[in-house]
Parts: sequence; C-alpha cells; structure tokens
Amino acid sequence: MLIDFFLKLKSHKLPVSIKEYLTLLEAMGKGVIGPSVDDFYYLSRTALVKDEANFDKFDRAFAEFWQGVETIPGIETQIPLDWLLKQVELTLTDEEKQKIEALGGWEKLMETLKQRLEEQKGRHQGGNKWIGTGGTSPFGAYGYNPEGIRIGQDKSRNRSAVKVWDQREYRNLDDSVELGTRNIKVALRRLRRFAREGAPDEFDLENTIHSTARKAYLDIHMRPERRNTVKVLMLMDIGGTMDDHVKLAEELFSAAKTEFKHLEFFYFHNCLYDFVWKDNRRRHSERARTWDLLHKYGHDYKVIFVGDATMSPYEILQPGGSIEYFNEEPGSVWIKRFTDVYSKCIWLNPEPEEIWGYRQSIQVVKELMNGRMYPTTLSGLERAMRLLAK
Amino acid sequence: MRFNGSEEYVSTDDLTLAVNAAIQLQRPLLVKGEPGTGKTMLAVQVAKSLGVPLLEWHIKSTTKAQQGLYEYDAVSRLRDSQLGDPRVHDIHNYIVKGMLWQAFTADGPVVLLIDEVDKADIEFPNDLLRELDRMEFYVYETRELVQARHRPIVFITSNNEKELPDAFLRRCFFHYIRFPDKETMEKIVGVHFPGLKKSLLREAMEVFFEVREVPGLKKKPSTSELLDWLKLLLAEDIPPDALRSKDRKTIIPPLHGALLKNEQDVHLFERLVFMTRAKGG
Repeated sequence: MLIDFFLKLKSHKLPVSIKEYLTLLEAMGKGVIGPSVDDFYYLSRTALVKDEANFDKFDRAFAEFWQGVETIPGIETQIPLDWLLKQVELTLTDEEKQKIEALGGWEKLMETLKQRLEEQKGRHQGGNKWIGTGGTSPFGAYGYNPEGIRIGQDKSRNRSAVKVWDQREYRNLDDSVELGTRNIKVALRRLRRFAREGAPDEFDLENTIHSTARKAYLDIHMRPERRNTVKVLMLMDIGGTMDDHVKLAEELFSAAKTEFKHLEFFYFHNCLYDFVWKDNRRRHSERARTWDLLHKYGHDYKVIFVGDATMSPYEILQPGGSIEYFNEEPGSVWIKRFTDVYSKCIWLNPEPEEIWGYRQSIQVVKELMNGRMYPTTLSGLERAMRLLAK
Repeated sequence: MRFNGSEEYVSTDDLTLAVNAAIQLQRPLLVKGEPGTGKTMLAVQVAKSLGVPLLEWHIKSTTKAQQGLYEYDAVSRLRDSQLGDPRVHDIHNYIVKGMLWQAFTADGPVVLLIDEVDKADIEFPNDLLRELDRMEFYVYETRELVQARHRPIVFITSNNEKELPDAFLRRCFFHYIRFPDKETMEKIVGVHFPGLKKSLLREAMEVFFEVREVPGLKKKPSTSELLDWLKLLLAEDIPPDALRSKDRKTIIPPLHGALLKNEQDVHLFERLVFMTRAKGG
C-alpha cells in the first residue's frame, strides 16, 4: 500500500529516498500518529519532503493518491446516514435541490448512495480502495457538486485534511517562480572559489607546530584568510526590449554585486558590438572598447551575458546591423571572440524558455553561445552556475 | 516525552506532529520559514515544556563543524610547555568541549539547537553527517570515542541562504513554518499580550495584514514585527481610534517603523497611501 504511495511520489519527480521511506515506516510503527489522514499527511510530509519548493508537488501527488480516501485502510469507519444527509444538504443550493426532485427525489437518491456505499465497502474489505473518487460517486455522476461529495469527511475536526493539500498553499514556493535577489544570491554562491590571498592575518596552527618543533621555541606563523577569488565579467543588455525585464536585471545585478569581489559589469544594447559602457546615462561619452575588455580581463574570468536576445537576426549577423551606429563587424563575430577567449561563458535570458524556439534571433544567439543559454528561473540559474563552476 | 505546544508558544498541528516525530524517532528536525516566525523560539519552548536543558550552538559564516565537537588548544599547550607547566603532560587539559560533546555527555536528554545552519560554509552540514546520524564522534588527540549517552533532541534552523546537501536532509525531519493565518496570529498575540484590548487588537491586526498585502514589499512584516509593534503601541498608549478602519487607507499607521524595516518599503508604502488619498479627495 505505502510502496505505491512512495512510487507515486517518485513519479511526481519528488526526490524521495528509501531511507526516508523507512523512516516514515518506523515512525508509523512507533505510533507517532493516530489513524487519520490528516496526521499521515503531515507526518509523511515532514519525513519525505525536505524542501518547501517541493511541497506543492507533494500536495498534488498526495491528493492524487489519496483521492477520496479519508481513513487509512484497515480501519473501519461507519458512516451514519443522517450525518451524510446533513453534509450533503449543506452544500446544495435551492436550484440544485429542485434538480434533485426532478431526478426522482431526495429519498431515492440517498438510497442509491447507500447502496453504492455498501457495494464499495464490500470491495474495500476485499483489500482495495475506499469510497468514491469524484468520478465514481453517484453525486459526482449526477453533477450536484463539481468536486464530488466527500464521503466520510473528517468528523472530529472542522478542518479536513483533504483541504490542506487541496489548497496547494505552497504553489508559490515551487522553484519555477521568478527570482528575488536573495534567491539569485543563493544560486550565485555556487560560483564561489576559495583561495588564500592577501595579508597574513589568520593563525596557522599546523605550520606553527611544525616550526616550533623544529626550532624548539614558540614560533608563530600566520597565513592569509580564505577568500572568494572567483572573477566575473557581466555584460547586460539594456534598453529596448529589455525594458520589460529591467526589474529582474536589476535584481540579478544587485545580487551579483554583493556576492563577488571581482565583478566587472558593462552594458550593451541588443547585441554586443565594438563598444560597451558602464554608465547608461553617459553611454555615448564614456564608452569602452570591447577589444580592451578582451585584453584586460584574463581568460580565467567567467563571463555572463544577460539579455533577451530578441531582435532582428540582421542585428547579429550583418555588418552595419546595429540600430544605433554603423558597426563594421557583425555582432556574431564579437560574441564568437568572447566564447573563444573565455571558456566559461554563458547567456542568461529573461524570456521564458518555451518561447525561445519561436524567435529566430534567440536561436542564433544560442547557437553562437554553443547552446549555453539559460532562463532566469532559479533552476535555470542553477544549471548555469553549475556549468560556470565546473 | 511529548510536546503539545506551550503557554508561551502557539504550535500548529503539523508543527507539533513534526516535533513529536523527531522526539520519538530521535532524528534531528530541520525547521525553515520566513524570518521572524519563531524558528529559534521553537527549540527554546520545547526544552522548556519538556523540562530539559537547552544547549544552543549559533552558527556563523566562519564556524567549522569541528568546533561543535571539540577544539584542541594547541597554542596554550605550546606556551605551557615552554613555561614548564606540569599540565602540559595531559592532553585532556587542552581539549575544549564543543556543544555537541556537551549534549552527548549530558546526564539526561537535552535539546540541542543548531541555529542558522545555512550561515556556515557549504560543506558544514556534510561534516556533521555521522555525528547527527549515529550520535558519536572520534577524538583523534586522545583516541577516544565519544558516544551519546542520551540521544539529544536536535533542532536545526535554516533561513534558506544555502541549499543543504541531500545526504544531510535525508537524516532529518523537515518542517516549514508557514506564515500564520489570522486565527493563529490572534492566538499568538494573545499569548504575548494577555490583557490586550479587543478593539486595539482587531484594528492592529487589520492594519498588519493590510501592510503585508502591499505588493512589492522587500521584506514583509512577520510575527516578531507585529509583536514589537504592539508592544510599542501599548507603550505609547495609542488609542484604537488611531488605527480606525474608515480612514485607514489614507493614513500611515503610527510607529510603522516597527513593521517596515527597509527604507524602500517605507517609501513605497507612503507613496501608496498618498495615491489613495489623492484619489479619495
């Protein structure tokens, strides 16, 4: 029974392991919970799911597996008819009640339901499933309640467990959602590389012992502190079609700025040509030559392009394609130069990944980047950073 | 041992269940949630309600896993050796016990809080796998194995700044403290301010949840901010009328500095209030 549940979670791509499954069984064996789905839902969640980003997936898997099951099988439940009646009556509007009349009256309907219940109970004792998923319940079939009437709804509490997972409160925590600065920082941290650099201001125990042992008097050694030495060069598209993504670009930028000691950033417009600039307000007066960038920043820099790569393909492939001035060499040549010099070079695209296939220019840029284009979702960013950190 | 919430801490059903599962199965409980939802307080309150001592290990970015076990004070031993101190012959004199060691060798079960585990280096949780799983570790300097006499109840809190490794997560129970709904929030406030006037509470809660609804806030106010704010309202003796609902949209709530901790948020909020005021008048 529970093996199926475990496999169901697996099939929903939840990262559950056998160890966690055994923990869950152990907890049930020790009687941590009473026989209620409510408790089981909480227990299985706390034992199997280790990231709130997966809560929503879990809720869906749980709902799918336990649809209609209100009690853990093996424990008998009696459903008093009066109580059922009351429950049902509560959920019906006058109009619906009229429809019931049309179908042969309330009495008859309840009779059918009762029959059905007994039938299903028989099947349950045979070791299968408990009452009514929405589709098989007579109520669902007659269409009184779009969700199907939940038989055996939790009696002792006013808040049924089914509602807990049906609410899907954790939908927002799913990691396909947009990023906040904080999330970006977390992803960027993957890039950290530590090395000892700078002034020696940390006590070096091992060397001190060695040296003291050799010299027979206390000889203190110091060493520099470990520092993050990763070097990042960021090139951001600005203006035009990027205006839609300004907020995201800002967040990405502010996260990156605090995260890296060696972060250099430049702006370009639509595609990379011979000039880039640092201050968008003075883009025409204070420009840097792209050649200088290639010479100044060593090949150990990691290069991150940020842009939607949405433009006319001519702007990439043709000399003079730039919409701002006459460029002698096409953008593709410049991008190629970058990918040649910097082996760690990626493109982050704030446009959703699904539409990339429909924009020719995105395809062109992606090809120029050797396929290393990633969406700016948390998972996209993580994939990108993993590649850069390799 | 069973935890059922306490007089000072409102615990939801799912949280209580997670805590009890962790206690019974003697596994660590990893607690995540928005800042200010009472992650650290949980350990404090569990210790209090179970009547066992609490050991707190606060993690910083420079904390090493080894420091939780023990530290070997080599420098003072070196110094003592040069001064001819007799203590130098026994290495035990220079081993400083860490929090885990103290928890393992305590006379009875204890609650051990490992606070903000995500602040430490990315490898930190991996270095504690065996220690948390088998509750034992080896002291190389003295060649002894320290084993837990009573498995401590371990709470680990995280603010999600770093992803924790899978191997570590598999050994823990996990609970995410959701932001409390209005009902729970009223209970929480009741626990902290038992004598609070109903009218003030009602107005304050409405203002609070409205502020939380403001789109685009960088840091939404959380439980601890609400409690601080109420404390201020009481101290300043602000009448409930000042928070009255009919003109709420057009005034900035008094002492809003306790709710919004970010000047951009305050600015955004003021602008919104100004806009509604302009529209209304």
